[in-house]
Amino acid sequence: MENNISQTDKKVERRSFLKKLAILALAPIAFGFLGSTDKLKTIKKWMLENGYVPNNHKWGMGIDINKCIGCGRCAVACKNENNVPQEPFFFRTWVERYRIYEDGDIQVDSPNGSIDGFENWRTNKKMLRSFFVPKICNHCENPPCVQVCPVGATFKGEDGVVLVDSDYCVGCRYCIQACPYGARFLHPETHTAEKCTFCYHRIVQDKLPACVEVCPTQARVFGELNKKASPLVRFLRMNKIGVLKPSLNTEPKVYYANLDMEVK
Amino acid sequence: MKKFLQKIPEQVKRLSILLVVVVIVFIIATSLLTPKDFGLIGHFRASSVQNNANKKMQYAGQETCSDCHEDMWKTKNAGYHKNLSCEVCHGPSLNHVNEPDQFKPVKPKGRTFCPVCHEYNPSRPTGFPQIVTASHNPRKICITCHNPHNPTPPQTPKDCSACHAEISNAKSVSSHMDIPCTKCHKTSAKHRLSPREFLPTKPTQREFCGQCHSKEAKSDESIPRINMTTHEPRYVCWQCHYPHLPEAQ
Ligand code: HEC
Ligand code: HEC
Ligand code: HEC
Ligand code: HEC
Ligand code: HEC
Ligand code: HEC
Ligand code: HEC
Ligand code: HEC
Repeated sequence: MENNISQTDKKVERRSFLKKLAILALAPIAFGFLGSTDKLKTIKKWMLENGYVPNNHKWGMGIDINKCIGCGRCAVACKNENNVPQEPFFFRTWVERYRIYEDGDIQVDSPNGSIDGFENWRTNKKMLRSFFVPKICNHCENPPCVQVCPVGATFKGEDGVVLVDSDYCVGCRYCIQACPYGARFLHPETHTAEKCTFCYHRIVQDKLPACVEVCPTQARVFGELNKKASPLVRFLRMNKIGVLKPSLNTEPKVYYANLDMEVK
Repeated sequence: MKKFLQKIPEQVKRLSILLVVVVIVFIIATSLLTPKDFGLIGHFRASSVQNNANKKMQYAGQETCSDCHEDMWKTKNAGYHKNLSCEVCHGPSLNHVNEPDQFKPVKPKGRTFCPVCHEYNPSRPTGFPQIVTASHNPRKICITCHNPHNPTPPQTPKDCSACHAEISNAKSVSSHMDIPCTKCHKTSAKHRLSPREFLPTKPTQREFCGQCHSKEAKSDESIPRINMTTHEPRYVCWQCHYPHLPEAQ
């Protein structure tokens, strides 16, 4: 008998314990929920001063290798538009020349990022094929640079554009190391990380990025990924598309048409 | 309770006080150092998006130019340079748009500017008009003969080499050097004006090459002959012989 009583006691104890536990467990969730609805409201309302709502957009770029003439005007325009230092090792976008010879040799060069043009020096080797490849930040869906940033100074916005917070960046260079595409550099004066922003200040005002604006052969196409009426969606529909280093699973949002398998 | 506290060794007490202080300092420091808008919409400062959007523009965009230079715009869009933005030649001109009299865009008149696009380079895609600056009307500046806003050459390029330089270079040193391009490609005159809309024909059957190279062909004696029935009948000839440089190597 005695035994029995003490057992019910224990049961009661256990029940109240479980109750407390449940409350303890649910409280943070409830708080979190309250907190997040608050947050959600801010997100829904959240837009830039000029009325641009990042949530409503998803940007990407298409590049047609067959149309690129390697004139390098994109790299020039990019430097002008974004105050990229003129020295020949700082680029937000640049153009590479690939030359593939019959003996299997592959030469890739980009003198001054293509700005000064490409010299035609002769070799005795027979060229199999040759073409230009414009390069730019891929604005990955899974950006490795963002993952490694220790302070949250680089991030993927709601419109898919990967941006740098240069006021908050501490210049540790982790992101530069982490980028598999070499698309970042450290600004020599501000000592903060720099990269292509798809000309964020232009696209929020319905303008094209500077490199797309000046491309003479429409080798670059810019637009929305999630809207039917977008030049980019047509580009993706009409061409066989490749991305750079697909095996890394970064899911680039820069899509190449007629991409040669040798392009790294 | 008191007993319990007494049981705790002195060094543990001190350490835990230190720990508490460290934790409190950490919490205060992070709350002071983390900007208010951090984490509002993601693991970053929300205002940084606005900062990025606030940068100053330099390029106005070609639609803007049409407001005041409509004639120029129309001319350009009717000619070969229709896909060129005004500012690819005139440089970033937003300043000029805002204050046309204060800021003047550059006018690239020299012989060095146009060749950034038009200098011959074998890596350029076939079909793109290219010249060798050193031999194309040397010493005269380009705009004496070509209107930059409508660069149609004074006479339509007679040679296919204008736009297919790499191919005609290859052909010019091959055994096919004397065969005109048009013998193998029926080309309408319109191809030179709107190349992509009016593509020339290309040979489709091996008999085409046979008209000169088969044993029975009534062509020049010197032309090397093959037996059409035994010489690789399963393929079309240009799967092995590059027609613009047919030498079997
Ligand atoms: C608000 C009207 C306006 C807009 C917009 C405008 N311009 Fe002009 N532009 C002018 C005027 C007015 C002049 C003539 C100034 C003069 O002759 O002194 C001029 C002159 C020029 C000249 C000749 C300068 C010279 O030295 O002779 C160029 C080149 C030019 N504009 C290019 C552009 C380009 C490129 C754009 C587009 C980005 C553009 N303009 C947009 C008003 C405009
Ligand atoms: C291929 C390069 C190129 C492009 C593209 C181009 N221009 Fe020009 N533009 C020139 C050059 C070179 C001159 C100088 C012509 C001269 O002095 O005879 C010039 C001169 C001008 C002038 C001065 C006219 C004059 O008679 O002095 C204006 C205005 C102008 N451009 C506006 C425009 C506008 C607007 C566009 C876009 C619709 C445009 N340009 C596109 C190369 C270009
Ligand atoms: C930014 C690159 C760029 C610059 C700079 C440029 N062009 Fe062009 N040019 C083009 C493109 C693109 C075409 C059209 C090619 C096509 O239709 O496929 C073209 C076409 C031409 C053609 C027509 C050739 C033909 O018969 O098909 C001529 C001539 C020409 N340009 C001359 C000039 C001159 C002169 C200048 C300097 C004032 C100049 N270009 C500057 C890109 C450029
Ligand atoms: C003396 C006048 C003259 C000058 C100067 C001149 N061109 Fe030409 N250009 C022509 C004529 C004529 C043609 C067409 C006939 C031909 O094929 O040669 C032509 C054709 C072209 C073509 C079309 C391709 C071709 O070979 O037909 C391009 C591109 C071109 N020129 C660019 C330029 C550039 C760039 C410059 C300055 C470096 C320049 N031209 C200077 C007269 C000139
Ligand atoms: C004004 C520049 C221009 C001239 C001049 C020109 N072409 Fe072309 N050609 C092009 C372009 C652009 C293409 C399209 C290339 C592409 O689609 O990648 C092309 C394509 C071709 C093709 C390929 C068609 C196909 O289906 O792939 C042939 C063949 C050709 N041209 C032959 C000629 C011949 C022959 C001549 C001389 C009678 C000539 N072209 C003169 C610009 C030119
Ligand atoms: C002996 C016949 C012959 C002659 C002469 C010839 N071609 Fe071709 N061309 C062909 C054949 C066949 C093809 C198709 C090749 C293929 O599909 O692999 C072709 C393809 C092309 C193409 C398509 C792109 C490419 O590189 O395959 C172009 C452009 C072209 N020719 C231009 C020219 C021009 C320009 C000339 C004169 C300089 C010329 N051809 C002379 C037979 C000829
Ligand atoms: C208009 C007549 C003609 C046509 C059509 C023609 N060829 Fe030829 N071919 C020639 C002549 C001429 C030679 C050079 C003979 C000599 O060496 O004197 C030649 C040479 C060759 C050679 C030998 C090169 C060497 O010296 O080893 C090959 C291979 C060849 N042609 C392939 C082709 C193929 C493939 C085609 C079809 C795309 C073709 N030819 C169409 C006239 C023609
Ligand atoms: C499978 C590849 C292949 C195909 C397809 C092919 N050839 Fe050849 N051809 C060769 C090779 C390899 C040689 C050189 C070895 C030899 O003499 O047999 C040759 C030799 C030749 C020669 C002789 C050159 C000489 O110096 O005597 C001619 C002409 C020629 N081919 C024309 C053609 C024509 C025309 C066709 C299409 C009807 C054609 N070939 C299809 C591979 C090919």
